[in-house]
Amino acid sequence: MHHIDKETVAHTARLARIALSEDETEKQREHFSRLLEMVSQLHEAELPDLPPMHHPLDLLQPLRSDEARPAAGTDALMAGAPAESDGLFLVPKVIE
Amino acid sequence: MIGDGGIRALREALDQGEFSSVELTETCLARIAEHDAELNAFITVTAERALEAARAADQRIAGGDAGPLTGIPLAHKDIFCTRGDLTTCGSRMLEGFVAPYESTATARLAAAGAVPLGKTNMDEFAMGSSGENSYFGPTRNPWDPKRVPGGSSSGSAAAVAAGLAPAATGTDTGGSIRQPAALCGITGLKPTYGRVSRFGMIAYASSLDQAGVLARSAEDCALVLQAMAGADARDSTCAHEPVPDYAGELGGSLEGLTIGLPAGYWGDHVDADVADQVCAACDELERAGARLVDVSLARCNEAIAAYYVLAPAEASSNLSRYDGVRYGHRCNAPRSLQDLYERTRAEGFGPEVKRRILTGTYALSTGYYDQYYGAAQKMRRVIADDFAGVFEQVDLLAAPTAPNVAFRIGEKSADPIAMYHSDINTVAVNLAGLPAISLPAGMVRELPVGLQLIGPHFSEARLLCAAHSLQQRTDWHRSEPR
Repeated sequence: MHHIDKETVAHTARLARIALSEDETEKQREHFSRLLEMVSQLHEAELPDLPPMHHPLDLLQPLRSDEARPAAGTDALMAGAPAESDGLFLVPKVIE
Repeated sequence: MIGDGGIRALREALDQGEFSSVELTETCLARIAEHDAELNAFITVTAERALEAARAADQRIAGGDAGPLTGIPLAHKDIFCTRGDLTTCGSRMLEGFVAPYESTATARLAAAGAVPLGKTNMDEFAMGSSGENSYFGPTRNPWDPKRVPGGSSSGSAAAVAAGLAPAATGTDTGGSIRQPAALCGITGLKPTYGRVSRFGMIAYASSLDQAGVLARSAEDCALVLQAMAGADARDSTCAHEPVPDYAGELGGSLEGLTIGLPAGYWGDHVDADVADQVCAACDELERAGARLVDVSLARCNEAIAAYYVLAPAEASSNLSRYDGVRYGHRCNAPRSLQDLYERTRAEGFGPEVKRRILTGTYALSTGYYDQYYGAAQKMRRVIADDFAGVFEQVDLLAAPTAPNVAFRIGEKSADPIAMYHSDINTVAVNLAGLPAISLPAGMVRELPVGLQLIGPHFSEARLLCAAHSLQQRTDWHRSEPR
C-alpha cells in the first residue's frame, strides 16, 4: 500500500487552490493511496527507452501569422464576470 | 416522426413536404417535455432558438438549398459553447455561464442547417463514466431508469436512445462517447484526435479530448461527422487531413477486410455474457465477408494507469482557469485572493473533479513528475506503438466497448477506482489518438451491449463502412427502450 500522509494532501490542495475540510482531506488521502497502488504498474513495467509522447499525432504546433482578428468583444466577455466595475474585474485587495 | 429510417428518411420527408422542420422540432420538444423529467438528459432546452432555426431551415428547404442536415434537430453536449446559451459543463462552477462565443463544431452544424434542441447533461467537466457526477443530477438510462446511461456524454446518449433527438454531439476523452453509446444501445463515433476542432469545447485533457457523434446508426454518424470535421485555424491541434465523403463511401463490401480480435480486450474483466454477445456480432462481420484473426494487444490495465495520471495532470492545468475572477462561480465575501481561489474552487467543483485536479497536481509536483507523469507518457508511447504494430497486420480491431451492461445508479459511485475500470476497453484508444466506434450488438439481461471497432488514424470511413455493413445485416440498432 502506498502511504500518503495528510500533510502531503494538504500541501497538494494548497498548490491546487482548493480548500479541503478535515473529512475531505482524509478521503483524498485514502483515494491517493489506492490510486497510486493502481498506477504503480507504470514503474513495474519494464519500458524500452522511448521518448515520452505529448501529442497523439506527434505533430508540431503550426504558427499563425501575427494579425489582429475579431474577438467576442469586451462587453460580451465582461458580462460573465462575477464582480466588475467600469470594465475591470474586481478582486480582494492584495496590496495594503 | 423520429422513426427507424434515421436522418436520411427525415431528410426525404422534409424535402417532400411530408412534414416541416418546425413540425419535426415541435415533436422533439414535445417528447423532451414528456420524458425528460424522468431521464434528466437535458440541462437546458433551447426551444426558441430551435424553432427559429427550424423556420430558417424550412425556408432553405423551400428554396431548394437544403444540405443533408438542414432542418434536422440535434442535441449538443453541454461542453460546447453555444453563443447566448447557458453552457455549464455539468458544473456548479459554470451554473450561470452564458457562452460569449460559439464552438466550431456547433457553428458548423448550425451552418449546415441543423436545429439545436438544447444542451445535454453530462458528468461534470466530462469526468465520469456514469452520468452521476453532474451538478444537475444524474441522467437515467432509458432502458431502465434505475440504471446509469454511462458517461460522460450521458444526456446525449439517453436523449438519442429515448428518441428525444435523432442525433447528438458528444466528446470522448477516455470513452465518453463510446461507453454511453454502448450502455444505451446506440451508435457512437469517436473520431481521430484532431479530426474535429476543439475550439469552444470546454477543455478537460487537451491531448485526449475529441468531439464526435451519438446517433441511431453508423450512417447517421457519417452525416453528422461530415458537417463537423475538418481543419480549423482556431485550433492549432486540429488536423489538416482532407475530409472524405463518409456517407458516400458507405455500402462497400467487407471482402478483404481483416479484423483483429485483441485478446487483452476480451479477458476475465469482461462479463462472460457480454463477451459472448459481442462475439456473435463479430461472427456476423465474418459472414459479411471480413476475416477475423486473433491478435496480441494487451496493456489494458497499463492504459488505465497511464490515463489516470495523464488526464488528471492535464485537467489540473486546464481547470486552473476557474478562479472566481473572470467568469463562473465566486464565493461570498472573500477575505483575500488566496481565500477567493480556495473557497470558490471548493464550492464550485464536485468531488470527482476535485479528486482529479488534486491527483494531477500531485503527479506534476516537484519530486514526482518523472515518477508519474514522465512514466505515463512513456507508457502512452508504448501503447501507441503497440497499436501501430498491430495495424500492420489488420485493418480494424473488434472488442467489447464496455466490460459490463449498464449498472445501477449508486452501485459504483462510492468507489472511484472501480468506476475508473469501466473505461478499461476505451482509454487506450484516446492515448493513441485513434478513431473508434461503438455500435449496438444485442442485449444481455434485457440491457444493450456495445461492439467497439477501432481503426488506425483517419480511418473513420473504414470504421463507418464496417459498422454500416453490420447494421444492414442486423437490427440490433433498431431496438428501442419501451
